[in-house]
Amino acid sequence: MSEAPLLEVEGLDVVYSGRDGATHAVRDVTFTLGRERLGIVGESGSGKSTTGRALLGLIAPPGIVTARKLAFQGEDLRTFDDRRWQAMRGRRLSMVMQDPKYSLNPVRRIGEQIMETFRLHNPGRRSEAKARALAMLEAVRIRDPEAVFRRYPHQLSGGMGQRAMIAMMLIGEPDVLVADEPTSALDVTVQNEVLRILDDLVLARGMGLIFISHNLTVVSSFCDRVLVMYAGRVVETCDAKALDKARHPYTRALLAAAPSLDAPQAELSVVTRDPDWLA
Amino acid sequence: MSAAAKIAVEGLEVTFKGSGKPVHAVQGVSFEVREGAAFGLVGESGSGKSTVLKAIAGLVAPGAGAIRIDGKPFGARRTPGERRAMQYVFQDPYGSLHPRQTVDRALREPLAIHRLADADARIADALAGVGLDARHRYRFPHQLSGGQRQRVAIARALILSPSILLLDEPTSALDVSVQAEILNLLARLRKERSLTMIFVSHDLAVVAHICETLAIMREGRIVERMPVGTLRTGQALEAYSRELIAASRGYVRAAAT
Repeated sequence: MSEAPLLEVEGLDVVYSGRDGATHAVRDVTFTLGRERLGIVGESGSGKSTTGRALLGLIAPPGIVTARKLAFQGEDLRTFDDRRWQAMRGRRLSMVMQDPKYSLNPVRRIGEQIMETFRLHNPGRRSEAKARALAMLEAVRIRDPEAVFRRYPHQLSGGMGQRAMIAMMLIGEPDVLVADEPTSALDVTVQNEVLRILDDLVLARGMGLIFISHNLTVVSSFCDRVLVMYAGRVVETCDAKALDKARHPYTRALLAAAPSLDAPQAELSVVTRDPDWLA
Repeated sequence: MSAAAKIAVEGLEVTFKGSGKPVHAVQGVSFEVREGAAFGLVGESGSGKSTVLKAIAGLVAPGAGAIRIDGKPFGARRTPGERRAMQYVFQDPYGSLHPRQTVDRALREPLAIHRLADADARIADALAGVGLDARHRYRFPHQLSGGQRQRVAIARALILSPSILLLDEPTSALDVSVQAEILNLLARLRKERSLTMIFVSHDLAVVAHICETLAIMREGRIVERMPVGTLRTGQALEAYSRELIAASRGYVRAAAT
């Protein structure tokens, strides 16, 4: 990536302190994001979602975020107060969550929810907001945008709901989108349609995408680069196409533990965790 | 109907009637599973795969069709022996264990229902069989990991020594490393106890690992039955099967880009 990175992260730490001592959810994570598809993979509790949330200033107390550097297009995110985050989130930096069933407001129409972001950043432009919302629904390949605009979340299928959420994030035309397991609740055929939409956005609009997932097949086939997280750390960064040649024992163990359509195994290998990985 | 079939399903129909229009969830599904085999039912959400499993278990009433075990059709009411011979493992180990009952109590319940003696010894054996021990016996579900909970659910099914195990997405809520442990456990138990299995999943690679034959379902019907080799080579007969297999191999960038 020759141009300046969109996002620079250096030494990111997230700590939750509680009654039983501090939980170190993210430890010393460093990476940069350009106009690319960057995957973050790991198992439950590896800190991948927490990393994504920290990038958007969404870690609530008692969580504490520290970093040597946390910059978005040169602006130091560490100094941001609530007002500056409000202006940033949804417009230049957005996030798509996993499950439309829980992330959409069940008692408001899809159209209003999509317009909300735009109207927050552009008050008083209601008719323009509607036109933009419809255009976004079309951009995520919803065939009848007018009808979906008027529907409530429960009237949409999982794939439609996920597209509506992506439309909602795109209306602000963000430069960086953090997608946290955006396709994990979807059927495989629908999943690939949603990936295609995200793919087009990266290629056509030059957006930077952070794609958080536990699914190695999806990440290796969709992303450009992959960060592998284990116990809050990035243990390995590799080219997505070369994920099968990964070198870290944890990455290798994860790959070996997943059943494969191509290579039948009599017994799946089990991940044995080495305390040295935490060092 | 071949004599060797352990489970035979013939012309199964299930319709759910609610306040809205009736949903015809399973439409004319037929298949056979021979003794000791593992049969996979795959498909996307709403394809009816779980409903077929529930109908076999007697959890939903079929509208039409026959389900035979060892050649015998079920009567209007299942006998305790018939129920005991067939046990079920659900997807979500968080939802299928009572949050305020210890592991010991969860395993004691089926023994009490079926009036089996030696509960203490049987519980200890069942836990050992799934790789748990006395330390786990008096814990509550929230004190166990996801993988340990699924082991408890499997122990609860096996404590009645069934000959048939019905598994509904038993690993889809688990991390890949934990999934590997549970799949290995199921493969071992199947061999040790010559269990006949029906395995419902949306994950084709998991089904390929466990089963020898499978059926792909869509909108309540079986689209195609195939041996696992066909699934691995992707040379299915039906367009939908090929599409599903290709999609599960990962994302393919459009050629134009």
